[in-house]
Amino acid sequence: MKVIKEKHSLAMRWTHWVNFPILTIMIWSGMLIYWANDTYTITIFDHTFYHFFPESIYTFFNIPYRLAEGMAFHFLFMWFFTLNGIFYVLYTIFSGEWRNLVPQKKSFKEAWLVLLHDLHIRKTAPPQDKYNAAQRIAYTAIIVMGFGSVLTGLAVYKPVQFYWLCWFFGGYNLARILHFSLTIGYLFFFIIHIVQVIIAGWNNFRSVISGFEIVIKEPTNVAVLTHEDKNSSGNENLVIE
Amino acid sequence: MEIIDPENKKELTVDQKIKRRTFFSFATFFAMSAATYEGWNWLYSAPDEANGITAGSRKPLRAAMNKTELFFRRFFSDNHLVKTYPKSMAARNVRINSNIGNEDENFNPENWQLSVVKSKGEVLKINLEALKALPKTEIVFDFKCVEGWDQIQHWAGVRFLDFIKHYKLDDLTSMQYVGLETPNGEYQVGLDIESALHPQTILAYEMNDAPLQTAHGAPLRLIIPVKYGIKNLKCIGKITFSNQRPRDYWAERGYDYYSGL
Repeated sequence: MKVIKEKHSLAMRWTHWVNFPILTIMIWSGMLIYWANDTYTITIFDHTFYHFFPESIYTFFNIPYRLAEGMAFHFLFMWFFTLNGIFYVLYTIFSGEWRNLVPQKKSFKEAWLVLLHDLHIRKTAPPQDKYNAAQRIAYTAIIVMGFGSVLTGLAVYKPVQFYWLCWFFGGYNLARILHFSLTIGYLFFFIIHIVQVIIAGWNNFRSVISGFEIVIKEPTNVAVLTHEDKNSSGNENLVIE
Repeated sequence: MEIIDPENKKELTVDQKIKRRTFFSFATFFAMSAATYEGWNWLYSAPDEANGITAGSRKPLRAAMNKTELFFRRFFSDNHLVKTYPKSMAARNVRINSNIGNEDENFNPENWQLSVVKSKGEVLKINLEALKALPKTEIVFDFKCVEGWDQIQHWAGVRFLDFIKHYKLDDLTSMQYVGLETPNGEYQVGLDIESALHPQTILAYEMNDAPLQTAHGAPLRLIIPVKYGIKNLKCIGKITFSNQRPRDYWAERGYDYYSGL
C-alpha cells in the first residue's frame, strides 16, 4: 500500500533551492576576482600538477578582465548567501531538525560502512533515520564550510576593520587560500551530491521539491507504525489510505 | 496532512493526493526557476550607470556597492590599525603595478610643489623640504592590491593627520571627502575623510629608507593602509577637500568608490 511520508519541510526545500543559484553566482564572480591574481597551484616537490585555472577554463567561462564586475556581483550576492545560510541554521535549531542532521558519535564509524555499501563492496548498510551517517557528516560539514566561506571572505574583504578575524584565519594570505579551498570543496560536494541524487532515484529527488516520499507498507504494520511514529517523533507524519 | 475535496467532502485517494501535491510543488518550482532566470537576466543586462563620479558598473550593482559601503563604514575605527611588521620583512623589490598619471617625461620633481586648495582662489603651496621638516612616521605593512596580491612594504613620510595639524587645515576636515590628483590631473583618488585621517595614513617621501623613485611616485605619494592600492596615489600634485565625492580614477571604471579594507 502506498503511503505518503513527509520528508523535507518547506523551509528546508526553499533554502536548498535558493542557495543553488546564489552559490553558483558566488563561485562565478569569485572566479572573475581570482583571475586577477591566479597564483594558486597544486605543487609537490617543485612539480606543478595543476594550475588554478588553465586558460581553457577561463576562456570557456569568459573570465578574463572582469575584476570590477566580479567584485560588484560578489559583494551583492554575499548578502543573500549569508542570510539564506543564517535562516537555514536558525530553522534547523528551532524546528529540532538539527537532530537528524548533526553527526552522532557512531556516525563517524558508520560513515565508512555507508561508503563501502555505496561502492557495492559491502552488502548491507547500517540502519539509519532520515539521513545516514555519511549524509549527516556531509550535510553538517557543508554548513560549517558555508560559515567558513563567509568568515574567511570577511577576513579578506576587511582585513583591517576585522583584523581579529584575519588573525584567526592565520592572516590575509591563509584566509584567502582557505576561502578559495572551500570553493573547490563545494565543487567536489556538488559532484558527489549529483551522483548520489541520480543513484537515489526519482522518489528521493521529488521529495526535495514536493516534500514527501512514497513508501510502500503493509496495512497492519502501518497502523502500528503510525501510532508509534505519532507518539515518538513530530517530524514524520504518515498519511494512510 | 488531510486534503479534503471541497466539492463533495469525499477524501482523495493516496494516488490523487500524490498527483496533486507533486503537481503544485513542481509548478511552484518551475515558476520560481523561471522567475530566478528572468531576475538574473534583468540584473545581468541592466544598463550601466550614467557617467559621473562613478561609472562603468551596472546601475543596480553600483547602488548595491554604495549601500554596502554605508554598512561597512559603521565598522571603521581609528583604533583598528593595520598590522605592522619588522623592517627586515619589508620587500626589497617593491612591486610596481601601474604608472597611470605619472608618464610625463617632462615632469621634474625638483620643481615640484604640493598644492592644497583651501578655498576658491586660496592655494597653499608646500615644498618637499617643508614636509621633511615635519615629524617623520615610518610604517611597514602589508600593502594590498585590489587584484589580490599583497606585499610587505616599508614607507616613511608625514602622517596626514600631522600634516593637517601643522598647516592648520582642521577646518577643512569638517568636510566629508579629500581628493588627491597627480600633477597632470590624469589620476585621481577620492577618500572619505575618516580614512584620510586614520592614524596610519601617510604622505610618503621615502621607501626602504631612501627617497622615493619616480616609479614609486616621487617626490610625494599617498600611503593609505586602510584602502586598496588603487587609492595609494603616486606623485601627489594637488589636494582638495569637498562635501561631494571627488573624482576617482578607478571608481570611473567600475570599481567601488570606497574600496576600504
